[in-house]
Amino acid sequence: MNDNNDFSPKIVGFLCRWCSYQGADLAGTSRIEYPPNLIPIRVMCSGRVDPVFVMKAFSEGADGVMIFGCHPGDCHYKEGNYKAIRRFHLLKKMLNQFGIEDERFRLEWVSAAEGDLFAEIVKDASEKIKSLGPLNWKERVGV
Amino acid sequence: MITATIDGQKVSFKEKTTILKAAKNLGIEIPTLCYNEVIKPYSACRICVVEVSLNGRTKIAASCSTEIEEGMTIKTDSLRVMNARKIVAELLLGRAPDSPQVKEIALLYGVKESRFKSDTPQKCILCGLCVRACDEIVGVSAISFINRGPEREVATPFKEISSTCIQCGTCAYVCPTGSITIEDVLNRKVIHSEMTLGPTTAIRVPSLQSTPNVPYIDTDACIHFKTGNCEICKVYCEREAINYDMKEEIVDVDVGSIVISTGYDLFDSSKLPQFGYGRYPNVVDSIQFEKLCHASGPTGGKILLENGKPPERIAIVHCVGSRDEKYKKYCSRVCCMYAMKFAHLVHEKTDAEIFEFYIDMRAFGKGFEEFYHRMLEEGVNFIRGKVAEVTDGAVTKAEEGKLIVRCEDTLIGRVRRIPVDMVVLCPAMIPRKDAEEVMKIFGLTKSADGFIREQHPKLAPVSTDSDGIFLAGACQGPKDIPDSVTQGAGAAGAVLSLGKVFAMEPIYSFIDEELCAGCKICISVCPYDAISYDDEKHISRVDEMMCKGCGSCVAACPGGVAVQKGFRDEQIFSEIEGILFA
Repeated sequence: MNDNNDFSPKIVGFLCRWCSYQGADLAGTSRIEYPPNLIPIRVMCSGRVDPVFVMKAFSEGADGVMIFGCHPGDCHYKEGNYKAIRRFHLLKKMLNQFGIEDERFRLEWVSAAEGDLFAEIVKDASEKIKSLGPLNWKERVGV
Repeated sequence: MITATIDGQKVSFKEKTTILKAAKNLGIEIPTLCYNEVIKPYSACRICVVEVSLNGRTKIAASCSTEIEEGMTIKTDSLRVMNARKIVAELLLGRAPDSPQVKEIALLYGVKESRFKSDTPQKCILCGLCVRACDEIVGVSAISFINRGPEREVATPFKEISSTCIQCGTCAYVCPTGSITIEDVLNRKVIHSEMTLGPTTAIRVPSLQSTPNVPYIDTDACIHFKTGNCEICKVYCEREAINYDMKEEIVDVDVGSIVISTGYDLFDSSKLPQFGYGRYPNVVDSIQFEKLCHASGPTGGKILLENGKPPERIAIVHCVGSRDEKYKKYCSRVCCMYAMKFAHLVHEKTDAEIFEFYIDMRAFGKGFEEFYHRMLEEGVNFIRGKVAEVTDGAVTKAEEGKLIVRCEDTLIGRVRRIPVDMVVLCPAMIPRKDAEEVMKIFGLTKSADGFIREQHPKLAPVSTDSDGIFLAGACQGPKDIPDSVTQGAGAAGAVLSLGKVFAMEPIYSFIDEELCAGCKICISVCPYDAISYDDEKHISRVDEMMCKGCGSCVAACPGGVAVQKGFRDEQIFSEIEGILFA
C-alpha cells in the first residue's frame, strides 16, 4: 500500500481567480519553493466548484483534491466561499463513506497577499497525502 | 436720544448705556476688576468709580452699572475720582496683597503697600464674577456667596463637592485675580500635553491649515450642549453664522467611481516601553515634534523642553516599530527623510547637539541623498545602531537629570550611553484603525502589511479588484507627499479614463430556457440579484449586464441547466482529465 519513496501524489486544486489564484501567483513571483504536486484549475469563485468536479477528479485518478477560496467575509463575489463551505462539509461526509480519507480533500482560505501561506498549505497537504499513499481509485472500484 | 458729557466731550446714545461702555466708545479706558461684558454688572470691586453730576448733585458712582441720563456730566479722571480709586485700591490690596492683577491696578494709583492688613489674605476679592458666570453663562449655579461680613466667601452648597458643577472651567476663566484654578485630581502624568492639543475652547478651528478653515463646536465640551445656556459665541458672531441645531446628516450620493484616500495612523510608541514614551517627559513622537516646530504650534515654533528651556542635546530615533519582527516588518519609507528634516530644523533653531540613531539611511528620492550629505556637513551625529532603551537612571554625574539613550554603535563596535535632554521617536506608519471596516464596506482586500491592496503593484497601482474603486495615498502603503500626490493624480486619471463605455464580463452565465424547471435555486444564490423569474414562462433568466460571472448559480443548478461562458462543466472536466492523464 505505501510506496512512499517513489510516490509523488497528484493533487488537483480549484483556486478562485481573485484571492487564492493570486496568492498562488505571488508564491511563484516570490520564488517560494514548494512541492510540485498540486496542479491548479482556475475558477472565478470557490462557489463555482460543483461537487461533481471533486468526484470527477478522484475518479480520474487524483490522490487529493483541494479547494482554495477567499477568507470568509472577503469573497470577491460576496458569499461564494460560504457556498463552498456548505458543499465541502456535506461532500466530505459522502467521500468518507467511499473510503476517501479526510486528508485527501481540503478546503483552505488563502488571500491574494498570502503567497507564503499557499506554499505552506500545499507542502503540508503533499506530505500528508504522500504518507497516506496513492488513492488508486480505478483499481479500487475495478474500472 | 440721551445726551451727556464725559470728560468734557458730549455724547449721545439712542438706548440705555452704562457710563463704562459710553466712555469706552470715546476711547476713555476705565479700570475694572469685577466687570465682564457678557455678564450682568455687580459693581463689587468699586475700582471703576467715576464722578457723576446731575441736576446740581454730584456723587461717586460705579461706571459699570450706572446708566447715562439726559444732562449728566461725568468726570473719569478728576481728583475726587483719583482719591476714591486710590482708597479702593488700597482696600483691595489689603485683601489680596499677592494678586498680580490687584497689584497692577494699585500701582496705577500709586499704591505700593496697604495700611489695611487682612487676617486671611487671599486672591479672591469677592467680585462675584465666578458666581454670576456660573449662573448666567453656564446656567447651573454650582457656586454662590456664603456667609456674611468677614466670613463671606464663594463656595458650593455646604462646601461639599458639587454634583451640579460640570467642570467647564468658566469660573476659573472669568476670575480676574486667578483665585480659582483647575486641578486634575486624578494626578495623571500629562507629558507635553500642550503639544498634542494646546489650550482649546469648545468652539475652535482644528488647526491653522484646516480645510474648510472655519470653526466647529465640540459638542462634548460645549456648555450650551450640556446646560442649554451660554451661547456667547452666537452673541459675538456678527455674521450670525452660529447654528446650534445643525445635525449630522447622512447623505446618499450616486457616483460612478470612488477614490479611497483614507490615510494612515501613527504607531503608538507606548507599545515599546523601553523608549519611555508616555513615561518620561521630553520623549515625544514625530507628529508631536512637528507641532513643536510649527509656527502655529503651542510654542510658536520654538523647540522647548517641558520646563520651557531649549534643549542642549536631542536624540532622534529611527524605526520605532518599523523593520521589527515583533511589530511591523516593513519599512515606513518616510521617516529617514523627516528625521533629517528635524535635525536640520533643530540645527537652525537651537544650538543643540543632535544624535540620529538609524539602521540604514533611506534617502531614495530626488535630492534626498544630497540632503543627507548636507546633514553630515552640518555636524549631525549619525549613529548606526538600534536604540536598546531610553532611561533616566544616571550612572555618572554628567548623566544626572538627563535622558540616557543606550545603543550599540555598530560602526565602532561599542555599546554607548548618550545623555540627552529630549528624545524624538520616529514611529511606524500603520493602517488606520478603521481600515478593515473601510475594506469590508468597499469589498477591498488587504495586503500582507495590512494596508489596502492595489490590483497589481506594477501594472495597476491605483486600482483595486473592485471595478470603479481606486486608491490614493497612504491608505495603500506608507509614502511621502510627492508620492501621495502622484498616486492621487493617477487615481484621478484612472477615474477620468473610465469614460462612458460600460464594460461587462464575457464570462457571464446564462440559463437554457428549454430545460429550466423554474426551481429558482439559482435566484436564491445569486449575490447580485442578476437572475429574475419569468412568471409567464415559469423559468429563470440571467441579466447579462448584471451578472459578474461568479458561477454560483451554475454550481447550484440541480439540472445543470445554468451554464457559465468560459467555465462550463465540460471545460472543467477537460481540465481535470488533462491534469490526471497518465
